Amino acid sequence: MIFPRADGELHVRPRSAALIPIAAKVEAGERISRDDAIALFETDDLLAVGSMADLVNRRLNGDRVFYVANQHLNPTNVCILNKVCVFCSYGVRPLAEDAYTMTLDEVYAEAEAARTSPTREFHIVGGLHPKLPLSYYADMIRGLKERHPAVHIKALTAVEIAHLARIEGINTLDVLRDLQDAGLDAMPGGGAEVFSPAVRSTIADRKLAADAWLGVHREAHELGIPTNCTLLYGHVETAADRVDHMIMLRDLQDETGGFSTFIPLAWHPDNTALGREMGLEGDRTGGVDDLKALAVGRILLDNVPHIKTHWIMVTTKISQIALSFGVDDLEGTVVLEKVTHAAGADTPTGLDLNEIVDLIRDAGKTPVERDSLYNAVEEPVVA
Amino acid sequence: MTAVVSRPTAGLAPVDAAELAECASLYDRPLLELGAMARERAPNAAPGGTVSYIVDRNINYTNVCVTDCSFCAFYRRPGHEEGYVLSNEQIGAKIDEAKAIGAVQILMQGGHNPYLKLDYYTGLLDYIKTHHPIHVHGFSSSELDVIARVHKLDVATVIDELKDAGLDSVPGAGAEILVDDVRDQIAKKKIGTARWLDIHRTVHEHGLLSSATMMFGAGESRADRVEHMIRVRDLQRETGGFTAFIPWTLQSDGTGMEGTPEPTASEYLKTIAISRLVIHNVPNLQVSYVTQGPKVAQVALHFGCNDFGSLMMEENVVSATGTDFIMPRSTLVEFIEEAGFEAVPRYQDYSPVRPDLDWYCGCRVCMDRRDP
Repeated sequence: MIFPRADGELHVRPRSAALIPIAAKVEAGERISRDDAIALFETDDLLAVGSMADLVNRRLNGDRVFYVANQHLNPTNVCILNKVCVFCSYGVRPLAEDAYTMTLDEVYAEAEAARTSPTREFHIVGGLHPKLPLSYYADMIRGLKERHPAVHIKALTAVEIAHLARIEGINTLDVLRDLQDAGLDAMPGGGAEVFSPAVRSTIADRKLAADAWLGVHREAHELGIPTNCTLLYGHVETAADRVDHMIMLRDLQDETGGFSTFIPLAWHPDNTALGREMGLEGDRTGGVDDLKALAVGRILLDNVPHIKTHWIMVTTKISQIALSFGVDDLEGTVVLEKVTHAAGADTPTGLDLNEIVDLIRDAGKTPVERDSLYNAVEEPVVA
Repeated sequence: MTAVVSRPTAGLAPVDAAELAECASLYDRPLLELGAMARERAPNAAPGGTVSYIVDRNINYTNVCVTDCSFCAFYRRPGHEEGYVLSNEQIGAKIDEAKAIGAVQILMQGGHNPYLKLDYYTGLLDYIKTHHPIHVHGFSSSELDVIARVHKLDVATVIDELKDAGLDSVPGAGAEILVDDVRDQIAKKKIGTARWLDIHRTVHEHGLLSSATMMFGAGESRADRVEHMIRVRDLQRETGGFTAFIPWTLQSDGTGMEGTPEPTASEYLKTIAISRLVIHNVPNLQVSYVTQGPKVAQVALHFGCNDFGSLMMEENVVSATGTDFIMPRSTLVEFIEEAGFEAVPRYQDYSPVRPDLDWYCGCRVCMDRRDP
């Protein structure tokens, strides 16, 4: 891939002395430290942080902004962690009134939407169902591939992979091999939450721990399955927790190079146990914090090629502004997003591709429709 | 870039074409660079600076209006069954509710209702100052124009009478885009650019402060917005009576302009930053969290804005379009502080609230009413 010539200039000079050496490192293309990243979260100089992230991004991606026409499939909301992950309002216990589990035929029926829309990717995640076997998912992937051979399949978080390994009594590498044989192209980055043991024991006690989460991704990368990585922010974590989390991702990426994209996810408290306990509702995170999570991610994760803004969580307005704060990937058309909307997000559940392209152009960037693997598609839907 | 032309405006000399082009070209600069230029010129530029806000209540005394603006979802024609005029007692009760939560002013605006005579307004103001004293920020220039025309009075006389009866300051609404070609498209029956500016000049000459708004995204060009800014800046050079500039985006749902695409968030941030640069002589620049949402409003504080506007206990006009952001005071303060600023409650003249003051408002006009 040929990157355009780097434009080495920061658009904004930092105002505070503390940021000047960090900005110098960024301009020189040097890696920033843990302390540097914490300073970037703690500063009030939002524009300087944004400008550093913008410079890192322009060097990597020029003025291109990627988007993918995708469809979310959430096969079940039954989750054995429904009491454990107190930040989530999506998972329910197996006998709950609103519990649902789709048959494969129901999944295929929902996926038929891909025939009348320009879908290039299925994004498949769900709860940890105590009974659904590995074969359910392998068959689903195989069936979707047969029906929609041109659509990439990005399915199952590390947490779901580890759950399948446990209930099948096999190791995670074998689960991944099985799914790859069935046609799995890539894996989403969910379930990372925040790696800090203190935070994890507060918001997701007994959920797959940091080492195990990273271990599944390491195995996926070794099999040649690209994955994403995430950070769920805006609940009980500190700036240091965020930075330590990102550094663990950066370390694994130095080893494997298998992460495509880092996606900070803004926590939504509505209808969650944690939200009730903290007395919170509505948008928990401010626009400044949303932009900082993205921008610091861009600067710190210098070895991850793409940073994605998830407009479902932060609004389309903030996502568009983020394109000037180091972000090069705008979450695409999402058909039937359920997880964040269960937690009170009042964003639309799908954006028209024309609207995405307009937002990107209006931010002064060049829209590039991509597939799951960040290849520009030959015939973009919006010319 | 499209060619920049200044538009003919009845009764006013055209703005300088070279300056217009230069200011409009600011839109071609990177967003963050514009933000950095703007924030350096904001009064809260120093790190840890202040961001002000006002606790107040909107009272829309009537929704009856004969002006038929295509961007408005609030008004009702005379005779419509949903038309209303609030009684003095209803307004008094609303003021008491507002004062109970710490409001320091009411923003009183309504439709252009030709059935309301000057004595309605003076009677209402007198009633408020006698029974429910509070700062009255009220009657935008187009309302003042309607009152003057109904009575065949000049607007200076109307302002005199209203000020005597208790009017303390004038909101900057109704400016829309101060370019007649644009106004003819969206608000043909509303006062023109020259008249809007002239009424504000008169308001200032009578010792009252006012603000200036700009509603953009109504089909105007970027150059039209800049022309609007230059008009405001030039009047400010003459009078010094504008306290703040308040740009906001058209919300078209439920209006005759439904479907008009709203300017994007990047365009909004560029526009406020350019406002700060062009209108360098008006001290305050207000975010519009009602139209942008709290997240973008918070970000806008880093693009030259230093005021978060009003808590708006009641807001009928924008919410009639379905756009509805009203937040508790603690949330608003938290938003300002999270953005890195100190939140300071203010009066309508942008001076900080004095909690120990033995009078309903500390602005100069209100203090003059205490110590004439």
